[in-house]
Amino acid sequence: MPVDLRSYLGHVELPNPVFTASGCGGTGRELAQFFDVTRIGAFVTRSITMAPRAGRPTPRMAETPSGMLSAVGLQGPGVEVFAERELPWLAERGARTIVSIGGGSVAEYTALARRLAGAPGVTAVEVNLSCPNVEDRGRVFARDGSAAAEVVASVRAATRYDVPVIAKLAPDVADVVSLARLCVDGGADALSMINAPLGMSVDVDTMRPSLAAGTGGLSGPAIRPLAVRCVWQVHAALPGVPIVGMGGVMTGRDALEMVLAGACAVAVGTALFHDPYACQRILRELEELLQARGFDRLADAVGLAHRPAGAGPRNRIDLEESSL
Amino acid sequence: MAGSPVQVTGTVLTTRRVEAYHALTVVAPAVADRFRPGHFVTVAVGGPYSSMLTRRAFAIHDVKPDYGGTVEFVFSVRGPGTAWLADRRARDTLDLVGPLGRPFPLPRDPCTCVLVGGEYGSASLFVLADVLQRRGCRVDFVLGASSADRVFGALRARRMGETTTLTTEDGSLGMRGEVTDVLAGVIADARADVVYACGPMAMLRGVTAVCVEFGIPVQVSVEQAMACGVGICMTCVVPVIAEDGVTRMVRACTDGPVFLGERVRFDDVGTIPFDALGAPGGRHG
Ligand SMILES: Cc1cc2nc3c(=O)[nH]c(=O)nc-3n(C[C@H](O)[C@H](O)[C@H](O)COP(=O)(O)OP(=O)(O)OC[C@H]3O[C@@H](n4cnc5c(N)ncnc54)[C@H](O)[C@@H]3O)c2cc1C
Ligand SMILES: Cc1cc2nc3c(=O)[nH]c(=O)nc-3n(C[C@H](O)[C@H](O)[C@H](O)COP(=O)(O)O)c2cc1C
Ligand code: FES
Repeated sequence: MPVDLRSYLGHVELPNPVFTASGCGGTGRELAQFFDVTRIGAFVTRSITMAPRAGRPTPRMAETPSGMLSAVGLQGPGVEVFAERELPWLAERGARTIVSIGGGSVAEYTALARRLAGAPGVTAVEVNLSCPNVEDRGRVFARDGSAAAEVVASVRAATRYDVPVIAKLAPDVADVVSLARLCVDGGADALSMINAPLGMSVDVDTMRPSLAAGTGGLSGPAIRPLAVRCVWQVHAALPGVPIVGMGGVMTGRDALEMVLAGACAVAVGTALFHDPYACQRILRELEELLQARGFDRLADAVGLAHRPAGAGPRNRIDLEESSL
Repeated sequence: MAGSPVQVTGTVLTTRRVEAYHALTVVAPAVADRFRPGHFVTVAVGGPYSSMLTRRAFAIHDVKPDYGGTVEFVFSVRGPGTAWLADRRARDTLDLVGPLGRPFPLPRDPCTCVLVGGEYGSASLFVLADVLQRRGCRVDFVLGASSADRVFGALRARRMGETTTLTTEDGSLGMRGEVTDVLAGVIADARADVVYACGPMAMLRGVTAVCVEFGIPVQVSVEQAMACGVGICMTCVVPVIAEDGVTRMVRACTDGPVFLGERVRFDDVGTIPFDALGAPGGRHG
């Protein structure tokens, strides 16, 4: 029996729970050379900005143990070119597209949401809250719960009622659970976590920071335990809120770990750089693992690790409904 | 372009040392079939449980029809990834993605071409020379490196090229100096119509400057740190002037690695030029 892999973001049904992670799947065209982007749960775009952005100087990348640091700086053509050339390409093929947006002010996020509200082919909007707030001396929105909630509320108000708004959180905040709660109170229909936490490395040969930007986002398996912890804590506190889990998912086992911790979908980022077929492979492996464990539905595995110690997987459905 | 890249698990057929370099030949028919001179491959390093996540890029040195199709690449040990590769033996398997990148554009009519290679950069020039010669082009080589053991393919160049000029910084082979010191003379003597160059950025910048003086086109193959090689991570960008005159940060892996030399802003590599599209406080379209 095939496993029912359907995943829900609010009331939007997706055929399966494997997504690309924002900023790691290009425009979709590049990956389409390797696999059919309509076969994955959703294609998540890089964070789209109002104006074109040239991004950060190079070097933008440094490999670290089981991970990498990157500082691309949201390079992109801006929302107009995106809406005219990139989104239609995805829509024509029938890809479910989650558009990530990034802004420097509440007004910019709102304007982005408004521009996208009129564009066909947007399955959901993901709000990248790890962007510097120009009105708060560059402090990122995610570090200030009320600013984050304000962004989410205004994006929610500017977005069509049937398009879910996902708030994307980073782990390097004081309290990820209270940030998550503020975003949900602000109107977020779902949460995605984790964005890449800030890291740094110094090249001992040049005796300079490895990245031109100094610091960069750490991604890959190195951050997976951090991601699992965030998903776990937020799912425990807000069990009804759909979570897209990400951070170092390389295999179906890693995806299942996220699901058991509380994610209803999983996004794949850095793994795509290593293996351009990663999304498809992870989906296949996840299905096999669920099958081998006797699950009929993915939904039955979501958050299952939260059941009390000693409880067997057989009474998983009862346990899932208990308010842990 | 001959179709899209593929990922293959190929068996290592042979390993060999060539002076300071290692060469690996891998059975990969699907990559060999689609190959054009200037293409590169990326290789996963460190085995299945590797902590090294980013693929390593290497120019394709040669393709052969053996075993359905093989590709060979040449490398020097730089860090842990290339050190791991240097330990591979025949019958080991390697995870390759390729062929990648924009290959060298070829002249429509027979003409005279100077091929300039620095260090292992010359590795990609011999298959190019072969294709050019089959189209009736004259080929002259200029190869250089820091020392004799780092000049790759001097013998093959001597066999294939109408002329071959070698340079080393320590004078251990050919002329003492750099390829740019001798290039003008070679271009003038051969009455070259076009130059192809592959090597370190500083060399490409010098070669481009010489070609601009002669008013002849130069196709350069650039090297930038890459995480994915397939155009999705945006880490490999270089400032390049597009046909509309606007500088954009373009991906070396998919928009390149081969560019028209005069369009690459070599002096601004490692920066965001203030007049680039989308530069901070600058141009917005
Ligand atoms: C298009 C292209 C073609 C290349 N062709 C060849 C070739 O034919 N022969 C050869 O010896 N080398 C070639 N290189 C350089 C080669 O990719 C690096 O030497 C190699 O990645 C170093 O890996 P490492 O683990 O040994 O070194 P480390 O320095 O430990 O590498 C760490 C990280 O930095 C990246 N990196 C470091 N230096 C470079 C670099 N110069 N270019 C790209 N990525 C880098 C690696 O991919 C890795 O992610 C090429 C690079 C590019 C972009
Ligand atoms: C090169 C690169 C670019 C990224 N760009 C974005 C982005 O534009 N917006 C965003 O919300 N997250 C971005 N991320 C973060 C990822 O979407 C993801 O949250 C993070 O990398 C953790 O997942 P991973 O370990 O599977 O890569 C980027 C990550 C990388 C490595
Ligand atoms: S190496 Fe990833 S975009 Fe070029």
